[in-house]
Parts: sequence; C-alpha cells; structure tokens
Amino acid sequence: MSSTVSTTEIQSELTQEPGPLNASYGKLMMWFFIVSDALTFTGFLVSYGFSRFKNIDSWPIADEVFHHFPGLHGVDAPMYYVALMTFILIFSSVTMVLAVDAGHNMQKDKVVFYMFLTIIGGAVFVGSQAWEWKNFIKGEYGALETRGGLILQFVDSNTNKRVSIEDFAVYKPQYREQHKSNNGLWFRSEPPLDEYSVAEVTEGFMAADPSIVVRIEKIDENGHKIVLNRQESIEKVNQAVYVVRGANLIHNEYGNRLFADFFFFITGFHGFHVFSGVILNIIIFINVLLGTYERRGHYEMVEKVGLYWHFVDLVWVFVFTFFYLV
Amino acid sequence: MGHNTEHKLEIFRGLLKFKSNVQKIWGVLIFLSIVTAIEVVLGIIKPQALMAQFLSMKLINWIFVILTLVKAYYITWDFMHMRDEKFGLQVSVVITLIFLIGYAAFIFLVEGNYIYDIMYEGFVSWNF
Repeated sequence: MSSTVSTTEIQSELTQEPGPLNASYGKLMMWFFIVSDALTFTGFLVSYGFSRFKNIDSWPIADEVFHHFPGLHGVDAPMYYVALMTFILIFSSVTMVLAVDAGHNMQKDKVVFYMFLTIIGGAVFVGSQAWEWKNFIKGEYGALETRGGLILQFVDSNTNKRVSIEDFAVYKPQYREQHKSNNGLWFRSEPPLDEYSVAEVTEGFMAADPSIVVRIEKIDENGHKIVLNRQESIEKVNQAVYVVRGANLIHNEYGNRLFADFFFFITGFHGFHVFSGVILNIIIFINVLLGTYERRGHYEMVEKVGLYWHFVDLVWVFVFTFFYLV
Repeated sequence: MGHNTEHKLEIFRGLLKFKSNVQKIWGVLIFLSIVTAIEVVLGIIKPQALMAQFLSMKLINWIFVILTLVKAYYITWDFMHMRDEKFGLQVSVVITLIFLIGYAAFIFLVEGNYIYDIMYEGFVSWNF
C-alpha cells in the first residue's frame, strides 16, 4: 500500500478537505445543480401562472378536477388524495434526513433502515401520481367542444350535479371502421374512433329531460362555473364539433386545454425527478449495504443524495400550492 | 465527516430548543404537518371571509403562498442543513433564487394579466 495511492484515499482528499465556504466540493456542486433545477421549475410554474392569469375567468377549478380517492367511488373527496401524497413525500424526506444523521454517527444499520424507508416512500409517491394521471386521462363525465375550443359540460339544473354524456346520448350504429395501417392505406392511420359521435350526444341532449343544461368554462363573481338556461344550452350544443372524453395534450374535458398541458408537464417533470431520485437512492443504498462508505470513513454521498431528495420534496410543496390549492 | 457534525438545534429564533438533531427533525416534521393540514383545511372549507381581493389576488391565495414559503424555509434550513452552513453559502443560494424567481413571477404574471385585459375588452372573440 505504500507505493500506490488507493482510490479511497483520493476520494477522501476530494471530499474531506473543506472547499470554499467550508463545504465540500461535492455538496457545493449539488447546490449549484439545485439552484439551476429550481429555475427550471420556476420556468414551468410562472408560465402556468401566466396562462392562468390570462384565462383568469375561465380556468378549471382544481377541486372539481381532482376529487378521487382510492376505494371511494362516487364520493366527492377534493384534495384528500394530494394531501396524502404530500404527507408521504414529506415523511420520506424525514426518513432521508434521519439516514443522513445516522451517517454522521457512522451507524450503518440505521442508514440502511432509513434509506430503505425513503425508497419505499418515493416509490409510493410515484405510484400515486400514476393513479392521479390515470384518472385525469380517463376523464369522468365527458364534454362537448365547440369550434372555438370552448368546453361544454352538462349539469342537472335541479340538483346542480354533473351529468355524464353517457346518461343521455342516443345510440346510433355507425358503419365506420377505424382506419389502421393494416386495413387501409398502409402509410396512414387514424386514432381510435370516439365512443360517441357529436350527433349522438346532440340528439340525445335535445331529447333529454329539460333540466339537463350546459355549464360553460366562464366563472361568475362567486367563483362558480356559469350554468346556461335550456335555450342557451341548445344554442351552444348545436355549435359542438367534437366529443371530449378525459384529457390529453390536445383536448381536455375539464376546461382549458392549457390546464391539461401544464398538468402533464409540471407533475410529469416532477414525477421524473422523484423517479430519478428513487434510482439514485437505490444506488447509494446498495453502496451502503456493500460497506463502501464505512470503508471510506464518511457517509457524505448519503448527504448529497439527501440534498437532492429534499429538493424534490421542496418542489412538490410548490406544485401542490399552485396546482391544487390556489 | 469531521468538520460538520455540529448542528444548530434551535428553531423559531431560539423559541424551541431541541436536545438532539433527531429530535429536531421530528419537531420540524410536526410543524410542517401542521402547516400542511392548515392549508388543506382552508382549501376544502374556503372561508368566505378570505375571498376578499388583496393586491389583485384573493386573500386566501396570499395565505397559501406565505405558508408555502414558510414550509420551504424549514425544509431548506433543517432538512437540507442550510442552518449549519456558512452565511456566504446561504446567501448565494437564497438571494439568487429570490431575485430570479421574483423577477420571473412578476414579469410573467403582469403580462398574463395584461393579455387578459386585452381579450376582455373585446378585440378578440374567444368563442368563434
């Protein structure tokens, strides 16, 4: 050992020597990354704010969009699920900081235990987000879209409850097959045909109970969506050109399509961060198990990956506020 | 680690002092949970009294933003151990972000509001 320098020694040269500001170079670089990543999220969130302020009188109401809870069907549970997700993420942040603390005291078993909990927490969070996406993409009641992109939703004017287009659309059999590359022109295809055509919904609406009316995207001064009377509703329904079910990047049954776009991009980008965080945690976890840091003499890698993990939690706090609360 | 094992164990400017770092972590978790619970309850009830406009935003939204910043402070300061870092490091991270984020938020929101006004005054029809 006297003639060669082991990698562990080089490592400790780099990490143990306090760099500028009495922090190691590794930690400083993690802070650099966090600051720049925070600015990326800033870009997303302020452009969300821009679009929202631009459409301040017609933006979808988050409570009405996200009101599912696993196991509770048809129960209106606004925000409970996201609140639970927030707690899960904060809690996994706590187990991470406990792992860092155990690392300071060179307690390998505790580091292993707390990092394991952190990984589980992160995985549960990503899974929850997937479930949230599934509900959002699938949609619930369906809506009509006019040529100008205005979304027409349906409510029962007596109970003020939403009505699904399935409840009143008529069934008109169509002899139209989806154009796939294997049954038509080989270089062309079309997306799956909609379950309901505009004509089916429109005709069903005209024949339906007159208490079923249209709710438009505009918000009145009390913060509720404006509900039209029957006459106005019929007028609007006649302008419809598209049946929307659920949400994607182009159509959105909940209202403004930008809402869906930002939802996918912001929560998706954050979810990707959580996913990468889980992967990084697993890598460090394996290193802890192998005793790498025990031999190195310090657990600074756990601390660095912990910084990243807390940052992901921090971003979620903001996404939670601006997407679900405000 | 060597140089960085000492933790500052006070939060709320010394109002609450913990015996160990682990205790402080749990204390901060309780505090963050309380703040989140307040946010969720306010978000579900939406008290009518907080719906008043204040500086072109609803009062309740200002409360949400402030509570979020409070949470951000404690996550950064206690979970990310910013409290134990040198003043220079704290300032170079926080001032940079406050300046750039504040600037971006201001300029984008003002612009969004301006475009709303243009659309509202009727030069552009939304539903054609």
